[in-house]
Amino acid sequence: MVDVIIIGAGIVGCSLAYELSKYQVQAVVLEKENDVACGTTKANSAIVHAGYDPRPGTLMAKYNVEGNRLIEEIAKKLDVPYKKVGSFVLAFDDTDLATVGTLFDRGRQNGVPDLQILSAKETLAIEPNINPEIKGALYAPSAGIVSPWELAIAMMDTALRNGVSLYTDSQVTAIEKKPDGYEVICGDKRYQSRYVINAAGLYSDQIHNMVSAPAFTVTPNKGEYYLLDKNQGNVVSHVIFQCPSKVGKGVLVSPTVHGNLIVGPNAVDADEKDDVGTTRTGLDFVIKAASRSCDKVNYRQSIRNFAGNRALTEIDDFIIGEAQDAKGFFDIAGIKSPGLTSAPAIAVDMVSMLGAAGLSLVKKEEYIDRREKVTFRDLSPQERAELIKKDSRYGTIICRCETVTEGEIVDAIHSPTAPRSVDAIKRRCNAGMGRCQGGFCGPRVLEILCRELGLDPREIPQDKDGSYIVMGETKTRGGNN
Amino acid sequence: MKELICIVCPKGCHLRVDEENGYKVTGNSCPKGADYGYKELTHPTRVITSTVKIHGGIHHRLPVKTSCDIPKDKIFDVVRLLDNVEVESPVHKGDIVIENILNTGANIIATRNM
Amino acid sequence: MQYDLVVVGGGPAGLAAALSAHENGVNSILIIERDRELGGILNQCIHNGFGLHYFKEELTGPEYALRFIDMLQNTGIDIKLGTMVLDIAEDRTIQAMNSVDGYMMIKTKAIVLAMGCRERTRGAIAIPGDRPSGIFTAGAAQRYLNMEGYMVGKRVLILGSGDIGLIMARRMTLEGAKVLAVVELMPYSNGLNRNIVQCLQDYDIPLYLSHTITDIQGHKRVEKAIVSKVDANRKPIPGTEIEFDCDTILLSVGLIPENELSRGVGIQIDPRTNGPVVFENMETSLEGVFACGNVVHVHDLVDFVTQESMRAGKAAAQYILGDTPNQKNLITVKNGSHVNYTVPQYIRPDHVEKLVEVFFRVDNVYSNMRIVVASGGQELCSFKREHMAPGEMEKIVVPKKFLDEAKQAEITIAVVNQEEAK
Repeated sequence: MVDVIIIGAGIVGCSLAYELSKYQVQAVVLEKENDVACGTTKANSAIVHAGYDPRPGTLMAKYNVEGNRLIEEIAKKLDVPYKKVGSFVLAFDDTDLATVGTLFDRGRQNGVPDLQILSAKETLAIEPNINPEIKGALYAPSAGIVSPWELAIAMMDTALRNGVSLYTDSQVTAIEKKPDGYEVICGDKRYQSRYVINAAGLYSDQIHNMVSAPAFTVTPNKGEYYLLDKNQGNVVSHVIFQCPSKVGKGVLVSPTVHGNLIVGPNAVDADEKDDVGTTRTGLDFVIKAASRSCDKVNYRQSIRNFAGNRALTEIDDFIIGEAQDAKGFFDIAGIKSPGLTSAPAIAVDMVSMLGAAGLSLVKKEEYIDRREKVTFRDLSPQERAELIKKDSRYGTIICRCETVTEGEIVDAIHSPTAPRSVDAIKRRCNAGMGRCQGGFCGPRVLEILCRELGLDPREIPQDKDGSYIVMGETKTRGGNN
Repeated sequence: MKELICIVCPKGCHLRVDEENGYKVTGNSCPKGADYGYKELTHPTRVITSTVKIHGGIHHRLPVKTSCDIPKDKIFDVVRLLDNVEVESPVHKGDIVIENILNTGANIIATRNM
Repeated sequence: MQYDLVVVGGGPAGLAAALSAHENGVNSILIIERDRELGGILNQCIHNGFGLHYFKEELTGPEYALRFIDMLQNTGIDIKLGTMVLDIAEDRTIQAMNSVDGYMMIKTKAIVLAMGCRERTRGAIAIPGDRPSGIFTAGAAQRYLNMEGYMVGKRVLILGSGDIGLIMARRMTLEGAKVLAVVELMPYSNGLNRNIVQCLQDYDIPLYLSHTITDIQGHKRVEKAIVSKVDANRKPIPGTEIEFDCDTILLSVGLIPENELSRGVGIQIDPRTNGPVVFENMETSLEGVFACGNVVHVHDLVDFVTQESMRAGKAAAQYILGDTPNQKNLITVKNGSHVNYTVPQYIRPDHVEKLVEVFFRVDNVYSNMRIVVASGGQELCSFKREHMAPGEMEKIVVPKKFLDEAKQAEITIAVVNQEEAK
């Protein structure tokens, strides 16, 4: 019997695990995939929103601004790539200008710092590559960019170092109400806890319905993206939005923390919750829509397309709180944009809610609230020289495009969340993130994973379980094949 | 009359072989092309390259080839035989891995040092 | 650390450049190679067909590489394997690292860039669909099969009919896989005709010209690929979809010269080749820095890489030994009709002894054409070609006397019909 079970290790589950790990609370995280941050957390715009979008009074407004502040703080403490680059919302006509005015007012009510409405000339002076036809823009200096999966991983790493338990490959199949709490069932495994937090993202309706009367339905809404080579990373230097529409904040153009350029998303209903395929129509729409903001992007420099699903519900807000008919069961559902930004603030509030519900909250005396990690490419020549002297594995470059050393890959393999797929290594140290997309380093990463974990290459997936890379050795036709 | 693309060199000459007149070849730019045209229609052959397992080398496979061209219809039998071969490092380029494979007169030889 | 010449890259280009520089009087030479052995991509190209021009005999990739590696014996040329160059400065200081020597600052009088190229990926051509495992560049699959000894798939579809795609179709077949088809966007193959014969026709592998992959399906591993016919503008035609049940897709969709180091130091890059702009002797826009092989422009035949790299190595030696004449005149080489690019892009006639070789590619398949070298609207010389294709790099040899006749400091290389008036 533990105190809290968190279902789902996306940005919400990881934020909550991190926050709870500060207290003398026994917490367990159950994740259906083989790694954390495998759902919407790894496939979104990677923006730390300033907080002028949500209508005042909503939960989204409440958590966005506070989340923005917290991410900056956490990124610093836990060594997560984050840049406070600021954002623009472009106005192309009078209607847009009115919208920009509305956003400015909302932002002020929501407590967004330093918002300004700039003229077209002022905006173009800062962002010379954007459409010169703009009429003006809302400037939010507090907006930022972050690596969403690295933020989630860093928080989970820290939570695990401080005593939280994580079980991956643990899909919740049923939840049973017990006199003093719940029993959460993952196939043949059973876990008991006093409190259960539903942070299952796209699947949060299914989890909710296991213990409580249906209260909401999650409808996956797909957003497709282009990720471009670093040589396009300086086309713009801020997050460039268009005026928001009903479904989202429109197609954006933004630098990423790794120096690439991201363009997207569109918004279309997905066939299934796990349908994250891209379509020609969707990708073409993204290019066309983005060209209104900036037509200087060279899409021949594309290095990857991807799609992620928004967890939309009937309610135009986050759904956060104790289920009405299930005491001790809390939902954190419908976490669409600005969900990534809001997650750390939601976690803080959820801990208070648990406290109010009777969970004893005593801070740990010995708490590790930092995470240090070697990022070779960010070091000076002197620092690099010293590091290689200390450990020669930092002297071997495995990923040429992103300058990632063997030492960093070994560090990632032995990090607390225990990654075991090639893409999980990519999410932790960037190997394979670059322009050749793992063409050169993929086989080397696979080899190092096998060596460090004592596994056969056939046992290492590219990403999800079942996404095997090699099918066995050559020259074995006479055998079982 | 049969039309062929010569595979002797990267040039890829378009050959015409007259089967009725002693396999006379036209369209070739060198004597090798004439030989190829005749051979391709009478008893086609290929040089085969593949790998065999190696232990103790820098890689897990040693590249090998047939020392000369072998009948085309023996290709799959030859590569199948290579499945059961294992060699130990060091190996030198030209070392014979299998002698006179399938009685073709060709040896399987290493194409690098390892 | 100090050398007269540092060669970045120990593949065929780097090896030939280093040997040529040595032959021409330079003794203090370092080759830096990022892989664990010399030879570059040749080590995984275990098929034959190399060396017919240069050695007049047919060799496999490893055999071709070994010829040059053997020649390094007793030259005193230093080699650093497993070593990555991270930065080149304008004063030619090189930052490099490995696990033995640590972090190095290397000073040198001249540099030869020979980093080769990398493969275009799925992301570069934006193939829509799911993102399962089982999608490899042909070269990555080749490395898995030929060096690591792992099969990457059993039912294979190959996109792109360049030579690597064709070679891998045969290779996968010989290792027991079923290659369902090779799919080519263009109405013609970019591979050599001999490879279509001996890699596809020999094994009854169909080639779909004017087709492309329009969707990839599979949540974990590739399960299906949808192939559609394309129109003259290379746009998929609805209703022409063919479904392939496959577990693996290999991509052979082009190579990109690896010029991140060149760009980093500010060397001028030609957007047509994605390689450095070079003079007749393979010198780049940065004095004392030369480039050769696939880092300059993607070659079809390693023999030509060797020849080009020999010239680069010789020129680097002349530069180091101070034998380079002062340049006065500069001729810009421009591409005219049907010519996509030229290498070199500039010629300094004072550097040319007798003749200059110009390499280029055409933009489509042609027969019975004439290559015309002209200046100021006046034809200087011309060359006949029966057959031309984008997949076959063209070479012409322009005698020095014509360069001296060039007007307005430029010459144009154009391809015209043979009948077109002189």
